[in-house]
Amino acid sequence: MATQTLTRPAARSVSATQLRQPRKKMTAGRAAVLAVAAILAVLWLVPFAWATVTAFKSETDAAAPKVSWIPPSGFTADAFVKVFQDGNIPLWTWNSLYTSAAITVITLAISALVAYALSRIDFRGKKVLMTVIIASIIIPPPVLIIPLFYQMVALHMIDTSWAIILPQVIHPAMVFVLKKFFDQIPRELEEAAVMDGASRMRIFTQIILPLSRPILAAVAIFVFISAWNNFLWPFISTNDGSILTLPVGLQTIKSAYGIQYAQNMASALLAALPLILVFLFFQRQIIKGVATTGLAGT
Amino acid sequence: MSSLATSQDAEREASSLPSQPRRSPSRNNASGSETSSPRRTRDNLNGWGFAAPFLAFFLVFLVWPLLYGLYMSLTGKSLTGANDSLIGLANYAEALADADMWHSLGNTLYFTVISTVPLVLVALVMAALVNVGLPAQWLWRLSYFAPYLLASTVVSLFFSWMYNPQLGLINDSLAKIGLPKVAWLNDPNVAMWAIVIATLWWTVGFNFLLYLAAMQNIPAQHYEAASLDGAGAWRQFFAITLPQLTPTTVMIVLLQVLASLKIFDQVYQMTAGGPSGSTRPVVEYIFETGFTGYRLGYSAAISYIFFGLIVAVSVMQFFITRRRSA
Repeated sequence: MATQTLTRPAARSVSATQLRQPRKKMTAGRAAVLAVAAILAVLWLVPFAWATVTAFKSETDAAAPKVSWIPPSGFTADAFVKVFQDGNIPLWTWNSLYTSAAITVITLAISALVAYALSRIDFRGKKVLMTVIIASIIIPPPVLIIPLFYQMVALHMIDTSWAIILPQVIHPAMVFVLKKFFDQIPRELEEAAVMDGASRMRIFTQIILPLSRPILAAVAIFVFISAWNNFLWPFISTNDGSILTLPVGLQTIKSAYGIQYAQNMASALLAALPLILVFLFFQRQIIKGVATTGLAGT
Repeated sequence: MSSLATSQDAEREASSLPSQPRRSPSRNNASGSETSSPRRTRDNLNGWGFAAPFLAFFLVFLVWPLLYGLYMSLTGKSLTGANDSLIGLANYAEALADADMWHSLGNTLYFTVISTVPLVLVALVMAALVNVGLPAQWLWRLSYFAPYLLASTVVSLFFSWMYNPQLGLINDSLAKIGLPKVAWLNDPNVAMWAIVIATLWWTVGFNFLLYLAAMQNIPAQHYEAASLDGAGAWRQFFAITLPQLTPTTVMIVLLQVLASLKIFDQVYQMTAGGPSGSTRPVVEYIFETGFTGYRLGYSAAISYIFFGLIVAVSVMQFFITRRRSA
């Protein structure tokens, strides 16, 4: 069709904003859709708004029996100052950041390697290995906490960051996601390198990995978010205040401050901030990452 | 050296043929050779070499704990180190007669049932609304999805504060529209629903994104054809969108059920399992018997009963989805 080339620019602009249908008339139906969407959005934003307002109140106003969006004695940043002064929030943020980063890097490295083998190399026992990895997707992490704890005690890793990092690097579902992506890369692209006698490792690092950036990013985002927010395992494997991650540290702050509502909300917001900022910058990639890995996960 | 060069030449020559017909015989050759040719040996070495790092972590931090936990569940092991000897199935027998274990399992199942429905339905509604074509897409995606980025501790702090019976925003809002106050986290009949609401707020964004991505993949021609036939928005949704989403719905329900069965964080942080055990899920019971009650062997036995439940649910889902697609 001759018109195909003519319509292509238009098609591209549609895909850029995907579902936005500009210049559509505001009908009653569309107004209703907008209204319902707006109500849901408000409901979903209220907890953030209420936490923010509370964090900027004085403790007296926060604990006043009358609920107010605008505090009688005005807004103040006292709670944030206090949290920063006696708080460990920056330390815990750093701990969360580097344990999550380490988990992400190790997970990506070992998962991509095994996924490449499963996708491209014909080796004895491959089917068994594949079956075992897929079957292990079903194992719920909470089942492992008791023996893992015992194991960490035996390895003298309790109360070190290794205890937090090492058990979290196994994501069988992500191996599967990567393998499926590698399967789609045409073999022709490797053939020249094979003919030239390039090693598997060379093919993997110089051909496969560069072509897999989107899926590597998706897996990295997914693994990072789940590591950043993991509570149960870091909670069990660490007691030492200096290596606590944010979620576990916050749990201790809750009881320490007792009913200091403004400080509680201030610390919660400070803890939420890093990932929300990351989200604002990498919205598209994060959404794609969650959608791809979630979809491909089964 | 020269013989190697010629064999390479032969391969190169083969590769210069059109790739499609050439590929399958060469692959058959690689996997079909019975004798241990150098190529075969190299593949075996490379394959296991590439798998080795993952396999090492997999064996040490997944397979070993899994087996060791099974062994522990057959012993009287405690955190204080007493009685490491095998006691057979005594822990399992005790667990099956333990009312608290059944109660926590029941709570877990109850939560899973009542949370899955809204977590799927609200996600579908959100995605459908956004998919109709609202302006400022980023705003809706951000509002619905942002809570998913929060740690459970942050969510628990937010909601504990809003659920506060005297100072909380929710009771205040209820009072303003003339409704009675509710003891959200302190009433055994309400506490689990309070947890469900917080969980819905927290995690629905994940399902929303999965639905939205699936909706965007439905070809526009379907809708164009339907509107030419005079189908309205509702007709199109029920006749095109929903049926096309069936695989996504099955997958979301599957993921959601498995995720809900593992509930622990938000319950532990908001109610610590109370009031009077009404929200305590089985993962919390595992944690408590092991680390507060020091009974590691018994705790491991409950872990395995829980694992059995997960396997049973997964097998059930597998057969249901298979019958559907057949």
